[in-house]
Order: sequence, then structure tokens, then C-alpha cells
Amino acid sequence: MQTLSLLPQMEALTMPDPDREIFGAYVGDLLSWVMGRAQADCAWITIMSNVNIVAVAALADVACVILAEDVTPDQAVINTAEAKGINILRSTMPIYESALLLGSHI
Amino acid sequence: MTEPLTFHYDVDGENFTSAGQASVQVKKVLRRLGLDPETIRRVSIAMYEGEINMVIHAGGGSADVRIYEDGIEIILADTGPGIADIDQAMQEGFSTAPDNIRSLGFGAGMGLPNMKRYTDSMQIDSTVGVGTTITMRVNL
Repeated sequence: MQTLSLLPQMEALTMPDPDREIFGAYVGDLLSWVMGRAQADCAWITIMSNVNIVAVAALADVACVILAEDVTPDQAVINTAEAKGINILRSTMPIYESALLLGSHI
Repeated sequence: MTEPLTFHYDVDGENFTSAGQASVQVKKVLRRLGLDPETIRRVSIAMYEGEINMVIHAGGGSADVRIYEDGIEIILADTGPGIADIDQAMQEGFSTAPDNIRSLGFGAGMGLPNMKRYTDSMQIDSTVGVGTTITMRVNL
């Protein structure tokens, strides 16, 4: 997790659980698909940035959320994530390139 | 026979951004009880999908969770419009959610299928114009 946040294309928006390890990844914006398909401990790459992503990340037990395309959530989303122990990173790259970069580091 | 641990939550139908609070509470309780992470994940996702459904379609409702020694029962009850065709509603991809809900990433027609996927049994009792009660169980 910390390795990822050190990459120039990635930025940790909040990292309340920095020692969490990432196993695999899931890409998707439809929240129920994510809850139905994403495995626990994976990194979830999405462009969705409303506050519901925090609940989905918490309930699906993913290791972190990566917001691709330089998507910036409201500060309230970041605060909620921090309070609930959810790591959120932001990637400057599109989803596919973000996934490739992630894949080369996990 | 030990009495089950019971929890009751009112699900606020007005506040979409706080939807899921009951599920998050239940998740905390299950974690404190020391249940395995996959069971906790299944219960909390199934319940969250149900909560979201009640917020989207029924203006809220109630959630009751009973924790027995051999399983967890979740009962979600609302007095919303009811489900006209349950078989159709159970199909992946079928949704009647409005556009504003879809723009938030919900309404993909995966809610009820996910609830079934993550639980060991699920029963839907629904009457059009009266409401819907869903009873789910996850075995321990």
C-alpha cells in the first residue's frame, strides 16, 4: 500500500490503514457489481467518487480504493473514509493504465 | 436453547448518503463476536443491498438481525410499493431504479441477486401496494 502511494502517478488522499496488503484488483463503477464480484483485500479501481464508495469499500472489505482519471472526491468523502479506516488513492492515469501500473507492483 | 442476540434498526428513506449505517453497525457487532471475515462480508453486503433497495424503492423500512449459534437471520421489512414480478426482479440486470440513483453507481439490477448470492437462504414476501419483507439467513 505504501509503495503504491510513493509512485509519481499515485497520491494517497487518505491512508488510515497503511500496512494493509493488496491481493489482486477489481475494476468497476457499478457498486453492486463491485460488491458481487470484488474479492476481499483487493484494490478497487473506479471513477465513482460519491460517499457511497466508502460504505461499499468497507462492506466488501477491499484493501483500498483507487480513483482513476485524477477524480477528486469531496472532502467529506475523504473524511468519512478516514473515519472508517478506508484507504483512498488517486491516480492521474486512466483506468486501464492505472490497473497496469498496479499490476506491476503487486 | 440460548436466546439469539437481536438488533433492530430503522432505515431512513430520505437520506441516501447515510444508507448503509445499519449494515456497518452489524459488521462491527459481528467483528466483535469474532466471526470469520468472509461470513462478515457476506452478511454485511447482503444487508447493505437490502438497505439500499429500501431507500431507493420504499422510502425506508426496518432491519432486524438475529444472531443464533448456528446462523444469522436478517429480516428487512418495508411498506413500499411491493415487487410485482419477483422472478423478473431476481434477474441480474433488471432494475426499476431511477436515473439519479443510477448516476450514483446503484441501480445495476444486481441488488437482489447479490443478496441471494451471499446468503444460504432468502425468502421474499411481497404484496403490490402493501410492502415487502425479505428474510435472509447465513449459516454459521
